Amino acid sequence: MSNATGGGGTLHTISVLVEDKPGVLTRVAGLFSARGFNIDSLAVGPTESSGLSRMTIVINVDTKPLEQITKQLNKLINVIKILEHEPGSAVERELMLVKVRASGDDRARVMEIAEVFRVNIVDVTASTLTLEATGKPDKLEALLSLLDDFGIVELSRTGRIALGRGDRGIKERVLRAAND
Amino acid sequence: MKVTGALALLRALEHEGVEVIFGIPGGASMPIYDPLVDGSSIRHILCRHEQGAGHAAEGYAWATGRVGVCMATSGPGGTNLVTPIADAKMDSVPIVAITGQVPTPVVGNDAFQEADITGITMPITKHNFLVKDPALIAETVREAFHIASTGRPGPVLIDLPKDVLLAETTWSWPERINLPGYKPTTKGNQRQVVEAVKLIMAAERPVLYVGGGVIKADAHAELAKLATVGRLPVVTTLMARGAFPDSNELCLGMPGMHGNYTAVTAIQKSDVLVALGTRFDDRVTGKLAAFAPYAKVIHVDIDPAEIGKNRAVEVPIVGDCKDVIAKLAAELDARQHEAGGVPDRSAWLGQLTDWQRRFPYRYDQQPDGPLKPQYCVERLRALADDDTIVVAGVGQHQMYASQYWRFEHPRHWINSGGLGTMGFAVPAAMGAKVGQPGKRVLAIDGDGCFQMTAQELATSTTEKIPFITAILNNGYLGMVRQWQELFFAERYSGVYLDPDVPDYVKLAEAYGAVGFRADDPGEVDAVIEKAFSVEDRSVVIDFRVDPREMVFPMVPAGASNDDIILDPEGASPTSDPSEAPIL
Ligand SMILES: Cc1ncc(C[n+]2csc(CCOP(=O)(O)OP(=O)(O)O)c2C)c(N)n1
Ligand SMILES: [Mg+2]
Repeated sequence: MSNATGGGGTLHTISVLVEDKPGVLTRVAGLFSARGFNIDSLAVGPTESSGLSRMTIVINVDTKPLEQITKQLNKLINVIKILEHEPGSAVERELMLVKVRASGDDRARVMEIAEVFRVNIVDVTASTLTLEATGKPDKLEALLSLLDDFGIVELSRTGRIALGRGDRGIKERVLRAAND
Repeated sequence: MKVTGALALLRALEHEGVEVIFGIPGGASMPIYDPLVDGSSIRHILCRHEQGAGHAAEGYAWATGRVGVCMATSGPGGTNLVTPIADAKMDSVPIVAITGQVPTPVVGNDAFQEADITGITMPITKHNFLVKDPALIAETVREAFHIASTGRPGPVLIDLPKDVLLAETTWSWPERINLPGYKPTTKGNQRQVVEAVKLIMAAERPVLYVGGGVIKADAHAELAKLATVGRLPVVTTLMARGAFPDSNELCLGMPGMHGNYTAVTAIQKSDVLVALGTRFDDRVTGKLAAFAPYAKVIHVDIDPAEIGKNRAVEVPIVGDCKDVIAKLAAELDARQHEAGGVPDRSAWLGQLTDWQRRFPYRYDQQPDGPLKPQYCVERLRALADDDTIVVAGVGQHQMYASQYWRFEHPRHWINSGGLGTMGFAVPAAMGAKVGQPGKRVLAIDGDGCFQMTAQELATSTTEKIPFITAILNNGYLGMVRQWQELFFAERYSGVYLDPDVPDYVKLAEAYGAVGFRADDPGEVDAVIEKAFSVEDRSVVIDFRVDPREMVFPMVPAGASNDDIILDPEGASPTSDPSEAPIL
């Protein structure tokens, strides 16, 4: 998802704990577009508590608009909690499936790259290899730029998910831009 | 007790203390109308257009502080509510909108009169619900009223499929509200209050910049205390007229695009700006970068997202205005006592009085010249009592009303500030009269606005809800004409309405109301007195006003408030070096 105001800022990862109610994804996504913000990626799934879902949203904004968007998100009735992950304070991962052209000599070279990056080959045809890669965003980017030379046939990424480091869960953490 | 979903809805609304619903029925909402036949403490007022029903609910809410309720059927009924819902969102008006929906098995099938109203209204409601189980109706109603009326108020929509309304369920009223994600902060942080008071104490040129939140929080008494204790001058925005009495010598009136020179300039020159329940709207700030350039800002608001949204803030205080302003007043009082009294700011207060004297609102009514709209407003005010509720449409007349009416009480001024919805006045006035039947309600409307929702005069007649509409009939979409005159080189385009079409007196009579007309200044008082003597029917007054009149002062859109223009000749005292700031 993107719109005209994009770019310029820095990437921020936020976790949004929401009630698992109909329309909640639309409310969150709609708020971003209505307020003119970019979503770089959005991943959503169930959590440790039934009835609650967790969205991991990566946004490209400066700190000031980020504060505004978290405050606006907080106003959504179904949003329980928002946590912004400071760089380095969270484990961030993404899953990617990528189908690469790999016939002749290229095949061995793609397999070599797969090995170096410790990613699995999950489908093979006469002319392509499909790789399954998990990792930090920069690792996936590095892998993709190497694979680009062979020709990427198809790419699918889950978007980033994240958990804060340390022994506490999101519910015990305080939001950075809390009611000041 | 076994009830239908529809009856559960009515019982739930009764539990919430609803006394009136403004609505129009249709296929999907008919189940709700059936139990009304058997009697209910709720009065249903049949409107003539759902937009009218929605604005009536808003007017009721503005005038009473209670939640207004409107109701429509699925599809076009719901979409006709979109404008008032958006209006209520922008102006934080607590309303609950109830819509019928096509039966759940056909939802999503493009069934007859289907519209995805929860999808459509998601960005313009505080929250909305699609109820798929009749057992959930009571708790949904309870949650909806709670959300609409607490925190920063706003519109909530409940969409009810017809089969859910017809299905049987067991009636029970929920003991508790379960909204884990909704916990508005109402109590202001005392440490921040102390910081704010220190700033106020040290201020040489303080101003209280008061917005609609003060009225919503019923904090006018606390505001009066704060202003009096600290001898702090007050500006009241378009949304806050009446939050502080215009007769108080500390009241500077309205700031903003068409505010008076003193209110606008006081903010510009202030060194401490105390923003109370207001959101630094562009119509107040003008060019944001040039707004109140010397001011340290204290911002009190119940909505944390408003704080720092448009203007960086020195002291943010999240909380309900009633709580926070009371704390500010008490703390200021205590500290001033310690310090031996109110700081001497006679230079500042003197400067303000001087500006007020030199730059009041101005217009020129010649006895035999064309009738001026400002004169009509002034005469209406002179002949009305303080307890009159004034409702405005959107345009020049709205600005004249806000400028020239002297407000003494909160909840006596109702208008469409944020969305600027033409057609607001007539139905909102009707809703206000329902909420405050003992008070006189006066709509000051434009000829353009009036034609958008005049059909509610029929409702007013059949339901016996008498109010007065004074049309400042300039034959034009006047505000747009004004901008064309000033900014589009007098190239008038798409703005002429014709003052004779329709004949407003005949139209009033056709609706069962009374119509009067005044063409000349000499007729104005007599017509107003006649209008005020009619008690049992609505009245429409057609004031034939000068189409050339324009609203001043004016800060052109996007300009700095320092470049305020006082009159059509473009006089701007701030550009005069002798008016150098007293800084
Ligand atoms: C629904 C709607 N449509 C258009 C506008 C744009 N608009 C703002 S003021 C105005 C003119 C209003 O005319 P009238 O009611 O005669 O008031 P006047 O300015 O002449 O006093 C218009 C068209 C609006 N605010 N709302
Ligand atoms: Mg007009």
